[in-house]
Formats: sequence, structure tokens, C-alpha cells
Amino acid sequence: MSATGIGASVKRLEDIRFITGKGRYVDDVNRPGQAFAYFLRSPHAHATIDKIDASEALKAPGVVAIFTGDDIAADKVGGLICGWMIHSKDGSPMQAGAHPALAQGKVRYVGDHVAVVIADTYAQARDAGEQIVVDYTPLPAVVDPAKAAEADQAQVHDAAPNNTCFNWHLGDKAATEAAFAAAAHVTKLDLVNNRLIPNAMEPRAAVGDYDSGTDTITLYTTSQNPHVARLVLSAFIGLAPEHKLRVIAPDVGGGFGSKIFIYAEETVCAWAAKKIDRPVKWTADRTEAFLSDAHGRDHVTHAELALDASGRMTGVRVHTIANMGSYLSTFASSVPTYLYAPLLSGQYDIPAIYAEVDAVYTTTAPVDAYRGAGRPEATFVIERLVELAARETGRDPAEFRRQNFVTQFPHQTPVIMAYDVGDYAQALDKALALADYKGVGARKAASAAKGKLRGVGFSAFIEACGIAPSAAVGSLGAGVGLWESAEVRVNPIGTVEILTGSHSHGQSHETTFAQLVSDRLGIPIGNVSIVHGDTDKVQMGMGTYGSRSGAVGMSAIVKALDKIEAKAKKVAGHVLEASDQDIEFKDGKFTVKGTDKSIDFGSVALQAYVAHKFNGQELEPGLKESAFWDPTNFTFPAGVHICEVEIDPETGVVKVDRYTAVDDFGKLINPMVVHGQVHGGIAQGIGQALLEGAVYNDDGQLLTASYMDYCMPRADNLPSFTIDTIETPCPSNPLGIKGCGEAGAIASPPAVINAITDALGHEDVTMPATPQVVWRATQKAPLKRAAE
Amino acid sequence: MYAFEYHRPTTLAGALADLENADAKPLAGGQTLLPTMKQRLASPSALVELSGVPELSGIARDGDAVVIGAMTRHIDVAQSPVVAGAIPALAALAGGIGDPQVRNRGTLGGSLANNDPAADYPGAALALGATIVTDRRRIAAEDYFTGLFETALEPGELITKVSFPIPQKAAYVKFPSPASRYALVGVFVAKTADGVRVAVTGSGESGVFRVDSFETALSANFSPSALDGLSVPADGLNSDLHADADYRAHLIGVLAKRAVAAAG
Repeated sequence: MSATGIGASVKRLEDIRFITGKGRYVDDVNRPGQAFAYFLRSPHAHATIDKIDASEALKAPGVVAIFTGDDIAADKVGGLICGWMIHSKDGSPMQAGAHPALAQGKVRYVGDHVAVVIADTYAQARDAGEQIVVDYTPLPAVVDPAKAAEADQAQVHDAAPNNTCFNWHLGDKAATEAAFAAAAHVTKLDLVNNRLIPNAMEPRAAVGDYDSGTDTITLYTTSQNPHVARLVLSAFIGLAPEHKLRVIAPDVGGGFGSKIFIYAEETVCAWAAKKIDRPVKWTADRTEAFLSDAHGRDHVTHAELALDASGRMTGVRVHTIANMGSYLSTFASSVPTYLYAPLLSGQYDIPAIYAEVDAVYTTTAPVDAYRGAGRPEATFVIERLVELAARETGRDPAEFRRQNFVTQFPHQTPVIMAYDVGDYAQALDKALALADYKGVGARKAASAAKGKLRGVGFSAFIEACGIAPSAAVGSLGAGVGLWESAEVRVNPIGTVEILTGSHSHGQSHETTFAQLVSDRLGIPIGNVSIVHGDTDKVQMGMGTYGSRSGAVGMSAIVKALDKIEAKAKKVAGHVLEASDQDIEFKDGKFTVKGTDKSIDFGSVALQAYVAHKFNGQELEPGLKESAFWDPTNFTFPAGVHICEVEIDPETGVVKVDRYTAVDDFGKLINPMVVHGQVHGGIAQGIGQALLEGAVYNDDGQLLTASYMDYCMPRADNLPSFTIDTIETPCPSNPLGIKGCGEAGAIASPPAVINAITDALGHEDVTMPATPQVVWRATQKAPLKRAAE
Repeated sequence: MYAFEYHRPTTLAGALADLENADAKPLAGGQTLLPTMKQRLASPSALVELSGVPELSGIARDGDAVVIGAMTRHIDVAQSPVVAGAIPALAALAGGIGDPQVRNRGTLGGSLANNDPAADYPGAALALGATIVTDRRRIAAEDYFTGLFETALEPGELITKVSFPIPQKAAYVKFPSPASRYALVGVFVAKTADGVRVAVTGSGESGVFRVDSFETALSANFSPSALDGLSVPADGLNSDLHADADYRAHLIGVLAKRAVAAAG
């Protein structure tokens, strides 16, 4: 292994730029003559808009224009879309209410977009916005997803009776009912997966810039997938044809899913820039981010697990109500369906599974994918069920899991997924040793002696990443293919530019992708640059989410590098006067087999461009290749996390005392980067378990709209993690990568809650398990367990 | 933020003159005022920055009291050998306010003038029996805190310094809100020659308050066990997302015991 090749913990090449303030984010983009947009937002959760009077505001200093939904509609620019069609059990398509970029006649959540004010400065736009008089007739808010479909609730969309978007299901209902009828033991659990607000460090921002000379719109936007943004804005919203619309997502400061989606603000900025023929800029303040970034999770679930007398899991049935919020965001419908229920088999060989999901509208911010997207929700269900079943039947939670692990691969679950490879017992054994599971009893006694409660909790998670085979997701309703593209441009002196459809917003692609290229071509890592995030540079791409950039994005690069190597061998063959079949490529050198005749990569590149040594009609000059990689399967990262907590029963404070994670991500490109991803994911998962929760009051006002009330995890909330990996290479991509971006956030919430409930001796704890929640739970007596 | 005038007087007289404009506001550390202005929830016509007035800063021992200038920053109180020697609980309290950025800008006078019900200093001022000295009078802490964000200060009246009597023993224990890290409950216990005083911040519907029953019990027996069986009624306590009144009442009892134990 070279110092900068695959498997090396190369320090991040992008960090110098970021930590010295040289990053270039959307808010750093300033165009000549630009104006600023201020979005007037609804103060009501639910109201009709009876009248908008902007006459005074239009006279305010610096105001260029004020637009409402009617203005956009008059320009035949469409509303925002959801790109994944889900059909209900009865075959009917999901009911997606209209989602205008600026409200038309009705607002549906606090923060909904009522009008945009464009002025010479942001302050002027905001001042003018305060002078717009909007007559609202408030309607009742719909806040509780569990009640949203009830008859007495207000209707969010006329197109969606009973506030129901769809009633979907997956699995074999009859087989599952039979499994439960024959069960020796049934474990039942009611769960709430708390609503989260993503809180990327960089708020969303957009600059629309129109060139009237070429009739081209350039949109700078905080996107995880600028090409998808262009596709949606062009083909569905109708802003401009793709060749007249350039989308640039420069440095982006974190996304966690929230920057996948195409939002109202960038749509309006791009449209308005053409409308007024001036650049239009908007940067969210933090309050706007809380109110209008798509939120995550928000499931209410009843789940059951059937066991036979020997402790084998025989069936799982789940009913989930998923809160979609006020409008269907870009990929919202896929999250509680195909990204959720297919993971309900966990790491276990369960013959029968049946899941029903009712997706409902409420008068809250839209809910869409957030780090893990559906898979954390599924993992929370199955891992809480499994832990409780072990407790109820007097089984050790580790050995109960081991007894039910899938051990033969490939393994077809009853819910779509075909697990390709894994070694769940190896991860469990390693985690048990690292966590000193044998010492738990002594540590519990030591805590008890101090008046504290100690508990240990497991999470044996699996996720489906590398999203995904295009034909497969197409058959499940996706409106797009989920391949990735790469272009390798070798310059005449042998430096290399990689153009990728993946987008790095914290994932370290500039380092890890360069490691791959350095390793493969035998060139210094400094000779490689990674180009992404601009639709005028990269032809097409699907972007970064679902832990896909390694497994899919890098596979596309490998495929393009294969072509580069093949072409370069032909060039080298001409130079070395040998058949390309006789050329070997190793460590950056092309050598004629069995001879000492060789030429280095840079010289071959030069020869490819000068084209002196071969016939340009037989072999094209140049060295540039591109490839699209369409995966053949999902990838299946898996692992075992063990959390140990100590609770102060006097205050309810939960201290995460130990956290051990052993993950199988297949081959690692950069272990340091992988560990960083795991650290961040666990921090977010512990945040969900202990700290974070979006709360709307009965009137639909967001009570947690600032850091005063929405609690993000901080370093002092977390222990030093014990992190390790095992490796079963993924068979479905050339690098053996499974993906690591979401695992920590997927695995950790059930591990933490299982530890807390172990300490308390009962299951009555909700997330986030704040001190108040846990203190109240300590007032309830522990349950008598089978083993006691 | 709306536009405003900015004044930076260099004398107390100059500051008071600038503050004669009823819509002007004094700017101490700005840790509450500036975020409020940024959110357009406050729109003073002028800010009168007080950091240029030398007589408002400083820490000195004055007989049986420590006197701290109103513009003295939390970090300076936290790191003061004078405070650490005389009232270590006050130094520790100051060192636990907010985060380093807040402590490097926020001031004693600003905190007391704002009287945020979740702030730490009101607990110390009330428990220690501090005297709030203004440009025109001396106000006992008992008379100073009059409600949520309300004080005995008159329009245009400036705190110049605060005199903290030195107790025999004292400790402050805070239970921070998980999100804001403000005091969800903070209990300051002070043992003085005249008896024990217990002040609770972060909890009361009317801001900081004393707990008579705790004071009586601790004046007789300054030990955590003296509080066994005693509790604060939930009536009159705040309920919010992070803690309802019952939980706050419970925490007050727990923290009071811990404060007594910490005071030694």
C-alpha cells in the first residue's frame, strides 16, 4: 500500500482550504448588480390567504420587485415535485397535493412561502417585507401524525382526503399472520421515531444569475446533487431547458440529506433573476433553516416480533404512520416505504415480514430524507423489538441475536433485499470483546454502589446503501435512475482531472477519490484534481446521498480508469513497438512483458496527445474517457454497536459512558475518513436518542426553532468512541466498498435506548431521552423479567 | 437588525447624558441585546456602549465585601484572585456562564440589568445579599429583582457596581438546559453570620426567589440531610419544553442538597 493509495489514512486535501477560510460557498458568490431576496413566510400553520397588499412595500426604498404565487403561475412555472411514485395497497397512486413555490391561496405550515421581496440590499428587502399586509383566515392546525387521518381533522390538501398520501404495504400478510398464530412468544412495542431538524452548518443559499445575451440561467445553490436540481428545475418545474440552465453547487457545508431536495427558494431566485434581469441572492438565516429545511424521521409505529419456542424469530409485523409534513418533498415518499420496510429483516433470518405504512399530511414543515433516511427508523424498530424479546424470554441479547443471524449468503429476505455478503457473528464477537461485555455486571454493581443505574444496549444494524440499481428502483417508483458518472481527463503531461457526478459536502471526495486515482495510475496524489458540482463541467450525475459515492461514484471512476488504461496500453504499445496485449501496467509504468522496455504514465499521456507514434486514423489521439456505473445490487453495510450508559436517578441525566462500534463497510479507501464518518453519525444518532426533537405546539408553531430549544449534540455529550471494522468485500462493485456515511446515525439510537431501558428495567422511555423524560421514567418500577 | 445610532461615551456622565433619549439602550456585553436586535425583536434608536467608561470596571475587596464594577466581564470575575479568595462560589458561577464567547463579552451589570430568569448572577446576588449600586442609589438585592426581565431600575438608571458580602461558605449548583445551557434550575446557597440564604434561579415564574423553608432548616443544621423531607411547591414554577414545574421542584431539592455538600 502506498502512502497515498487505497487503504491509507491520507489527511484531507480539502482541509487546508476550509480551515483557512478559502472555501467558496454559495454565500461567497456575488454577481455584479445583484439584488437580494427576502421571503415573506407564513406565521400561521394553516390559513387561507384572502388578500396580499404589497402597495406600501413596493414604495419602500430599494425595492425592485415583489412577487407572489400568482406571478410564478402566470409565467407557466410549475410547482415543486416529488420524484418517487408510491401506490397504495389498493393500487391507487399517492395523493400529492400541489406544492407551489410561492403559496397560492393557502399556507400549510409556519414558514411556508407567501411572497418574495427583491431589493437592492437584504435589509431593504426585509424592511419592505414587513410592510406587506396579508389577510389570512386561520384554519385549524394538524400537528399529530397519529391523529391526522381522523375524520375531525382539518384537511391539508383537498386532493388528499383524510390527510392521507398513501396506505402502502410490503410483504406477505398471510404468511406473517400464520407465523404469529403459531408463535410461542410475541413481543409488542409502540415506538415514536422523533422528528429531527437537519442543521447543516451552512444554511441553504441560492444565487440566480441570468444572462440575457445567451438566455441562460445560472443557479448557484447549496445542493448535494446539482444535476438532479437542474433536471427537476428544467423538466418538471419548467424554468428553462437544460442546455439553458447551469447549476453550480460549489463548496457545501454539510447536507445530511437536507440539500438533496429542490426547494422553493432556489426555484424563485432562478426564476426571478430572469424576470428582473438581475442576479438575485438569498441566504437562509438559522431561523429559516429550522422552519423550512425538510425535517427528518417522525414515525409512529406499532411493531411485533414472533418467536418459536427455541427462540427463532419467525415473523415481524409493523404498522407505521409516517408524517410527510405539509407537502411532499422531492424524495419524501421513498423514505418511509422502500428505504424503510425492506430493512425490517435486520441481520436476521426471518421468514415472514409484513409492514403497513400510512403516510399522512400535517401542517408542519415537509419531511424527507435525513442521514439514514428510513433505515434508522427500521433499525430502531427491529433492534428495539429484538432487545425486548431477549429480555422478555430471558435470553442474553447478544446470543439471541447470534442465534438468529443470517449466516448463508446470498440471503433473500421476504422484503425485497438480497443480502450479498456479511459476517455478523465476527462483528458481534469483536464488539463484545472491545466493549468488555463480560465486565458489565461488575460495572453495574459499581454504579449501583454510587446510587447510579447502569445499562447496556445493543444494535446489530444493517442498511441498504449504494443506491441503487436503476431498473430496480424504477420498478419501485423512482423517477430517476441511480447510476453515477465519471470522466477521466488525462492532461498531456500526465496530471489527471476526475469529473464526477458525486458531490462532496463533507465526505472528503477530493481526498478519497484522488487516492483511488493515485493508486490506480501510480501517480502522485497531488497530480489529481476532483471536479464536481457544476453542470457545465460534469455532464450528468446523480449526486451524493445514501452512502453511495464510494460504492457507485468511485465505481464509475474505476470503469473510466479501465478505459484509460486500455487506451494508454495501445499508445504505449506503439511507442514501445509492441502489441498492446503484451503491455503490462503497474506502479505507473507500462512495460513490455518479459523485457525492461518501459515508459511511464506521464510520457504515455504526452504521446497520446502529440500523436506522433501512431496513426491518428487507427487510434484516436488524446486520453480522456468517461463511464456510467449502474450498480447491480444495493450494498449492505452492517455492524454491531454496543452502548453503555449510566443514569443519575436523582436528575435523570444519562451519561453515555462507553460506546463501541464494529462495522463492516467492505474495503476502506481511507480509514481516517471512515472513522470520521462513523464519529459524526454516532454523534447524530446519540443526538436523536438523547437530545434532539422538533416540537410543534397544538397551533402548529415550531417551539424548537433555535438552538435555545433545539439541542444539538456537543462534544461534552459524548464519550470517546471505540471504533473498529471488519471487512467482507462487497461483491457487486469493483472496489468492494459498501459505504459508511450513514451507519453511525442508523445504528446508534436503538443502542442508546436499549441501554437506557436496560438500566431502568422497563421500556417506557421516548426519544429524545432528555433528563426530564428519564427522571420521570425512573419513577416507574422496573418490570419483572423472565430471567429474574 | 434595524439601523441605530451608536455612542461610545468615555465618562459616566457622558453615558447618562446619552441615555436621556428614552429609546436609547445601554450596551454592556450585548449577549442578549444584540441577538434580540438581530432578530428584529428590539429596535433601540441608539446604543450607548459602556465599555469605554473606566469607572464601571474592576474588582476590589472592600472590607467584608467584594465590589465588582458593572462592566466587569464574566471571564474577569471567574479568573479574579480576589473573587476566588473571598467568594470562590461566585468565581465558579461566573466561569460557568454560557460559553467562552459569552464569558469574554458578557458583563455582571448587563446580566443583572437584563434579569433573565434563567441567568446565573441573580441567584448569587440574592443569596449573598448583594447591594446593587447605581448612578443614583444603592438597592438591596431583595428589592432589586421585581419580575421576569424586570428590575427596580428606573429609566436611564445605570448599574455602576455590585457589592457582594463575603459569606462563610457558599456554593452554586446549576442544572443547565440541555439546549441553551442556561440554568434550568440553579441553586445558590450561602452561609453567613446572619444565617443561611438559598436563592433559586431558572425556575420561578417571577424570576429568582429564596426558599424560606430551606433557609430555616439549613440555618439550624448546615448539612444536606437537613433538607430531607423538604420540598418546594411546583406552584409558581415555570413549565416549558425542557422541564415542567414538578421536575423543576424536584431538581431544586436535589441541587440544594448538592450545593450544601459542595459548600462543605
